[in-house]
Amino acid sequence: MSYLLILVAKRLAISALLLLAVSALIFAGTTILPGDVAQSILGQSATPEALANLRRDMGLNESALSRYISWLGGIVQGDLGKALTNGTDIADAISKRLYNTVFLASVSAIIAVPIAIFLGLVAVRYKNRWPDKLISGSTLAFISLPEFFTGYLLIYFVAVKLGWFPSVATVYESMSFTERLTAVALPAATLTLVVLAHMMRMTRAAILNVMQSAYIETAELKGLSPLRIIARHAFPNAIAPIVNVVMLNLAYLVVGVVVVEVIFVYPGMGQYLVDHVSKRDVPVVQACGLIFAAFYIGLNMIADIVSIIANPRIRHPR
Amino acid sequence: MTSLFLLAAIFAPWIAPHDLGDTVGGVWEPSSSEFWLGTDNLGRDLLSRMIYGARTTIFIALMATALSFTLGSVLGLGAAVIGGWLDQVLSRFVDLLMSIPTLIFALVVLSVLPANLITLILVMGILDATRVFRLARAVAVDINVMEYVEAARLRGEGKIWIVFREILPNALTPLIAELGLRFIFQVLFLSALSFLGLGVEPPDADWGGMVKENKDGIIFGIPAALIPAAAIAILAISVNLIADWVLNRTTDLKGGRSGQ
Repeated sequence: MSYLLILVAKRLAISALLLLAVSALIFAGTTILPGDVAQSILGQSATPEALANLRRDMGLNESALSRYISWLGGIVQGDLGKALTNGTDIADAISKRLYNTVFLASVSAIIAVPIAIFLGLVAVRYKNRWPDKLISGSTLAFISLPEFFTGYLLIYFVAVKLGWFPSVATVYESMSFTERLTAVALPAATLTLVVLAHMMRMTRAAILNVMQSAYIETAELKGLSPLRIIARHAFPNAIAPIVNVVMLNLAYLVVGVVVVEVIFVYPGMGQYLVDHVSKRDVPVVQACGLIFAAFYIGLNMIADIVSIIANPRIRHPR
Repeated sequence: MTSLFLLAAIFAPWIAPHDLGDTVGGVWEPSSSEFWLGTDNLGRDLLSRMIYGARTTIFIALMATALSFTLGSVLGLGAAVIGGWLDQVLSRFVDLLMSIPTLIFALVVLSVLPANLITLILVMGILDATRVFRLARAVAVDINVMEYVEAARLRGEGKIWIVFREILPNALTPLIAELGLRFIFQVLFLSALSFLGLGVEPPDADWGGMVKENKDGIIFGIPAALIPAAAIAILAISVNLIADWVLNRTTDLKGGRSGQ
């Protein structure tokens, strides 16, 4: 048991280290690359005095390393700095939007995960017969669809032509839970369709992999019922790969959410990030980038830890 | 379908009925005999813009794919053959780059870089090179321990000779199979960036940018934005089918993509 703990602790430490490296990379990406931040903000026609003033205000005259350390120190204390464009506190602006984004992503995940696993199981059960071919074929097509095609198609037909759901997902704090749910119905549906295809294909591959193992064949030859084989032999071994698939796709969801939020004008993190990239508001972009990366790394870490815990073979040192 | 798009891309100035930036009609006119696909948000002919858009989209995506392949495979093969600290440094750096979602990192970098075509192609190419690097390195590590490479080494051949004459010819098939997928990825990636307003600058437009231009019409029931979006989807699916077909033709690779 203690060996298991060490493995998990090791994985946690690696993630923390990775996050630190990522923060350095994001900072370096916005600092060391050619392109003067002050110049980008003020434009080509700025006077040298204005440029010098802005550089001083932003602390651009200090060395990159000392700016990185003070930036990182601020983040650890929950201070993300102030937006350049309007001087508002970034942490305040982000906290509400983060909630909205997490809400949208969780609704999509709650819908997508069971459907994907169910479809994956159906495809395996009827392998190489028409249900499998139908599911696999249509998911192959869906993988190639850009998010905005699915999104606008839904808006055009479901929101505009049929009028079932609002085409713009506005949410505000006083909204009740059900109102919120109707507002995010279409963006959640879009996200679901986007990740469903990936998740289903990977689930199918994961279960097929398990079903082809020797012990499943043994169980079949023993004459066990198919239900018992799946419940006692296949399922426990398929948990780890399936959880892995789900987590990887949730990580993908975190990225897909950016485009979907812009399509539906949803007040979330993605919209906030994109807005400030075009305004070249570097502190906001750094903060958002770091948060997105943290979610991504975190989900990948959970996937790894679950497979460590679920797999008895790596629990014992060789 | 793919060849139709390619033809449109190559011969854009000759086949487009109107010029790229010409205002020829009212805003969002429905399709008619003069404007086959209607007009866009500024009264420009949508069909002409689609044809020019094909050119921009495919050109940028091809350039970025070419860059990511050259960079990724050269570094990947190099890392595998030379090994040692170079391999360690490159591999860890690629791990690091891949631990940030590609789109997010592109947004972060584009917030400080000047907005132009070269920056865009460089960012797209370099970020995607990480995936090509992994594939090239994995393939080359496998080949590097084969008997014929060992034989070449014992013959006293230099490293460059081994890379180009022994490893590259054998690593080419899996790399080419990956080419189609990476191209689709670049098309989708470029479209997403342009849709977010961070890709191609107006008045030039790729298909993603055209979706952005016309998206406000959707709420009034004008499907102009759906046309470029559908074009992206059709291009992606058709290239995907070609890649699949090529993959099935090269039988030794069958099953190599399970789980994708």
